[in-house]
Amino acid sequence: MKSFLESEFTVVRDEERCIRCKVCVNQCAYETHCYDAEDDRILSKDENCVNCHRCVIFCPTHAIRIEQNVTGYTQNSNWSREAIVALKKQAEYGGILITGMGCDKPNFTYWDRLLLDASQVTNPSIDPLREPMEIKTFLGSKPDRIELEEVDDDVVLQTKLSPQLVCEAPILFSALSYGAVSFNVHTALAKAATEFGTYMNTGEGGLDERLYKYGDHIIVQVASGRFGVHPGYLDVGAAVEIKIGQGAKPGIGGHLPGEKVTEDISRTRMIPVGTDALSPAPQHDIYSIEDLRQLIYALKEATDYTKPISVKIAAVHNSAAIASGMVRAGADIIAIDGVRGATGSAPKVIRDNVGIPIELALASVDQRLRDEGIRNHASVIVAGGIKSSADVIKAIALGADAVYVGTAALVAMGCTLCQKCHTGKCPWGIATSDPWLTKRLNPDIATRRLTNLLRAWSLEIKEMMGGMGINAVESLRGNRMRLRGVGLTDTELKILGVKMAGD
Amino acid sequence: MKTAMELNNRYNDDKVNDACGLFGMMDLSGRRFGAEEPVKAIANMHERSNGLGGGFAAYGIYPEFRNDYALHVMYLNQESKEKSEAIISNNFDVLRSEKIPVDYSAHVIRPPLMWRYFVHPKQNLLSTLTSDDFVVEQVMRINMETCGAYVFSSGKNMGVFKGVGFPEDIAAFFRLNDYEGYMWICHGRFPTNTPGWWGGAHPFNILDWTVVHNGELSSYGINRRYLEMFNYNCTMQTDTEVLAYTLDLLRRKQGIPLSVVTKILAPPLWEEIADMNPTQKRLYTTLRMSYGSLLMNGPFSIIAAHQGEMMGLTDRIKLRPLTAATLDNMLFLSSEESAIRLVAPVLDRVWSPLGGEPVVGRLKSDTERIEVIAH
Ligand code: SF4
Ligand code: SF4
Repeated sequence: MKSFLESEFTVVRDEERCIRCKVCVNQCAYETHCYDAEDDRILSKDENCVNCHRCVIFCPTHAIRIEQNVTGYTQNSNWSREAIVALKKQAEYGGILITGMGCDKPNFTYWDRLLLDASQVTNPSIDPLREPMEIKTFLGSKPDRIELEEVDDDVVLQTKLSPQLVCEAPILFSALSYGAVSFNVHTALAKAATEFGTYMNTGEGGLDERLYKYGDHIIVQVASGRFGVHPGYLDVGAAVEIKIGQGAKPGIGGHLPGEKVTEDISRTRMIPVGTDALSPAPQHDIYSIEDLRQLIYALKEATDYTKPISVKIAAVHNSAAIASGMVRAGADIIAIDGVRGATGSAPKVIRDNVGIPIELALASVDQRLRDEGIRNHASVIVAGGIKSSADVIKAIALGADAVYVGTAALVAMGCTLCQKCHTGKCPWGIATSDPWLTKRLNPDIATRRLTNLLRAWSLEIKEMMGGMGINAVESLRGNRMRLRGVGLTDTELKILGVKMAGD
Repeated sequence: MKTAMELNNRYNDDKVNDACGLFGMMDLSGRRFGAEEPVKAIANMHERSNGLGGGFAAYGIYPEFRNDYALHVMYLNQESKEKSEAIISNNFDVLRSEKIPVDYSAHVIRPPLMWRYFVHPKQNLLSTLTSDDFVVEQVMRINMETCGAYVFSSGKNMGVFKGVGFPEDIAAFFRLNDYEGYMWICHGRFPTNTPGWWGGAHPFNILDWTVVHNGELSSYGINRRYLEMFNYNCTMQTDTEVLAYTLDLLRRKQGIPLSVVTKILAPPLWEEIADMNPTQKRLYTTLRMSYGSLLMNGPFSIIAAHQGEMMGLTDRIKLRPLTAATLDNMLFLSSEESAIRLVAPVLDRVWSPLGGEPVVGRLKSDTERIEVIAH
């Protein structure tokens, strides 16, 4: 069948600058560039290009520029280029359109329509260079009251807190499963979490034994496929997370294609080399909230009540009620992943249309848990589209205890959001298990890029807190009075629990 | 007619802002003394208020009614008085009901009608509630439902007197020279967004707890949302109210000693906690983890008092002033040392407590000393 698809991008090469070094030829994972010896020229197949920027960055003479294909279809507001391309692809392949990363649609982001407060006159701002600024965060269940006994002149603490995670900043690395990302990526995340004092999350593919030494800074996930779940795995983590759903694909399972299941991944996931790893859509032992309670307590028993148990869901329409059920079922942490949450691979139609923005889910979950007087009983981590320290601080002010960052961490390591993770050919050596590509990511350098990111965001958070006259992050958490909305309807403001700017 | 909340925050700002002068004076032997010195001291800090609020709390002033709740109520209209009195007589045995003696020649602005009732709850209505909880409930009801009545004092053997004017004018208006107490808490106010509402002045009181406060809580939003989980409605939308409810929750309801409560309001820094011995470390870590939402962030100095106890505290980086001093049995707390020196030029000891370091004075029958709880 003749394909009616056109190349999405155009490779523009400055012939005068090109020195025929063939770096682009070797770097491209999609065989876009080739060397024509006869003419001593580099040629490019535009239709292969995914705009990953690998050649752009590595070309020693900066000879390459990638452009959006300027040949557009006739202007039409209803039938966008995206819609036409999707139709053509489906007509040619007859299958579900698969994509990578998070929803790329506009209008789902509320962070950018929320503004922060600062102190003026009646309340001094605090200079973080001169005064302490505390952003240490504890995740886990907190009691409503502390029991103390007065002995002579001393007070003796009677309450013993349930286990907690301790983060130097309210930022954790989101679940990225081994197999979907490479061993080097897992290594960098684990090392960065350890160095900085936060946590990485294994995702649903288990944890390679070589990384067990970083276990104190790792949240181990238990998902519907139970890949790589065994007693040693549960023991090594600092917390266990039950994955019910994921923002990029609420309600559906996962599929790691057999070609990604290499020797190491097969050992860790506990499946044969080359077999597809299929995660069922639901956890087959959780068909109701009381089943969730059983799994939470099974994991608490298995880990001797020494680790907090987190439950992760996708943000859906009735998240507030679900979250309340999760807290009552015994979750110490609830993680909510919004519609912009990313993935290694998901049906595009689901990624772009199912779920709700994390801001709205967070606002309603936090309020519901407070209305029911159980907000102290669990910490709330939000995920899905946290792209800057401003988003972090707004999430905290809306009511989150901490955030998970996935995409932001990948970008820090080199990802350019080309959305082609599902091909397994990530040119940046991230979403791939091909050894030729994975060696592109040096775990030590990636660790440094990640710790730099955490450090930079922490400094920015402290600056913003200082401006608000707040020197401890707990005074910002859920403090929605320090937020104002712009360009939002009354209903949106009501759900977010914030006032309009100027009000 | 507007509710107390609408009166108190007429522009519906996030909350009511103000800055102030504070003064507290307590005779630890329990000897009662007149208003003259406290009034003189707070008047000396004239520049810290702007004539839009002054107030006093005096403890030990109603010995003949020492076991009864003294409700001080301001009425903005006759209708609210009728409604309130219906609530009061339906729920309480009223031992005395009278107009609070006032001097209309004093320099104050549009005073409402001031009335007081000495009451105790009708025993058959208490069911499972304690008397204190019952009183709180009725006070909230009057403040919320009657549109024009506001109970501004509800403790035993103590009373709050406050309104719109400079503190010395408020003292004259309420004829404070007629009272004797062993502890006086005084406040001069500089509000920025609630002019003209008598109920908005400090001290803020609930039961026998009184708080005067200087500063603005940058953590107000979360302090308030945390208290809401424990069914406190912050109708006045002031920092002071949040402080008073926090004290009520932690001290009265949860029985946490005042010394520990101060460490919840102004906790040590994590780096200080790291240097503590293991027991202390566990205590302070647990406190911060559990009560982080009650950390009072941003500048404040407060004087909080209840029967037999007076406490002064600033935020942990001391963004607002507080000076303490002692002379014989007298403990002074003040925004400025000059105010103390005015009434007691020679002192045994004067000091500026560190940020977050409480100064607590107790009646000597309870303990033999002025306690300064250091970090
Ligand atoms: S990398 Fe740059 S210089 Fe090297 S062959 Fe490609 S375009 Fe030419
Ligand atoms: S991880 Fe790799 S494949 Fe996926 S979007 Fe980023 S650069 Fe592209």
